[in-house]
Amino acid sequence: MTTMRTGPTGKLLRRDVVAALLADRGGLLAIGGLGAPAWDITAAGDVPENLPLWGGMGGAAMMGLGLALAQPLRPVAVITGDGEMLMGIGSLATIAVQEPRNLSIVVLDNEHYGETGMQETATRHGVDLVAMARGAGIGDCRLVRTAEEVTALREALHAGAGPLFATVKIDEAPVPLVLPPREASILQARMREAILGQAAHLQ
Amino acid sequence: MSDAAEDWPDQIYDLLKEHGIRQVALVPDAGHSRLIKRCLADNDIKVVTLTTEEEGIGMLFGAWLGGEKGVLLMQSSGVGNCINMLSVPIAHRTPLPMIVTMRGDYGEFNPFQVPMGNATQTVLEAMGTLVKRADAPEDVAPTVNATLRMAFNTYRPTATLIGQRVIGAKTFGK
Repeated sequence: MTTMRTGPTGKLLRRDVVAALLADRGGLLAIGGLGAPAWDITAAGDVPENLPLWGGMGGAAMMGLGLALAQPLRPVAVITGDGEMLMGIGSLATIAVQEPRNLSIVVLDNEHYGETGMQETATRHGVDLVAMARGAGIGDCRLVRTAEEVTALREALHAGAGPLFATVKIDEAPVPLVLPPREASILQARMREAILGQAAHLQ
Repeated sequence: MSDAAEDWPDQIYDLLKEHGIRQVALVPDAGHSRLIKRCLADNDIKVVTLTTEEEGIGMLFGAWLGGEKGVLLMQSSGVGNCINMLSVPIAHRTPLPMIVTMRGDYGEFNPFQVPMGNATQTVLEAMGTLVKRADAPEDVAPTVNATLRMAFNTYRPTATLIGQRVIGAKTFGK
């Protein structure tokens, strides 16, 4: 069991949440959305089963869909931010229609654009991502605020009963950068090799 | 012998099968309607209708991560929606073939189609995509074949633009 602390706002600390979600991860594949979530999954362990994104804002959820469709027996978790999810919000409709059982989308919601000076996002003003995901037709939609709910979410990532959407309300205080490799061809190749073996390089 | 003037969509479908395409991402276009029907009827191809075309760039990157080949079908106007997302396959060196049916190209009726149609090849090339055009029905299959081969053999975004001379201009009865 990982520790689960809260910050000055009383909300959960993002690094603790992600460490808990990726604990004992087995075959779980994780895509980290542009910005802090990419650093968060890296802080939890810079492993080949992680694809931290240095760009492509708004695309993380759809990357998860393509991966989940290609590897239906492996759990896929997209861990991204509120700003990144808002930019690709229509993808929730696309994903809901496909009903990928092995895909989870987890939004770490600090209600700010963290990489650009902490400007407020729409969620700061009441926009409800969980309701939008539910409206799109995703069956399991959750708002997560407590350690117990994080533990339950971690179990659900592995359950194969998706698609699942969760917003985790997190503290907004900045945390130290933990940067993954910046050469993206390495990030792609190492995940492909982790999934497909050496054959990945001869496909 | 098949008649290319009629059968080029079926020839594209045959190429998708030959190249082992398993995921087809699309925003519908009238020019692709016959190909879309063929893909929908194929249980070995996952057809995903997108809300906007750049979703397809992300999706096909994810597909390649998981070892599946995909293709993105769209109209030329949709190319404009993909521009920044093309940084993803370029940076990761992801094979990403696109088959684009042109509007705003040859005998266009709708003024709103012209700006993006006129810019399609330029903006794709500005974003590092290898672009080949097919302006006659018999050129469609070899050009799409080259687009698929260059994507999967050289790890980059590639596109075939199917000209409006092939598809026919939408006239709205005028």
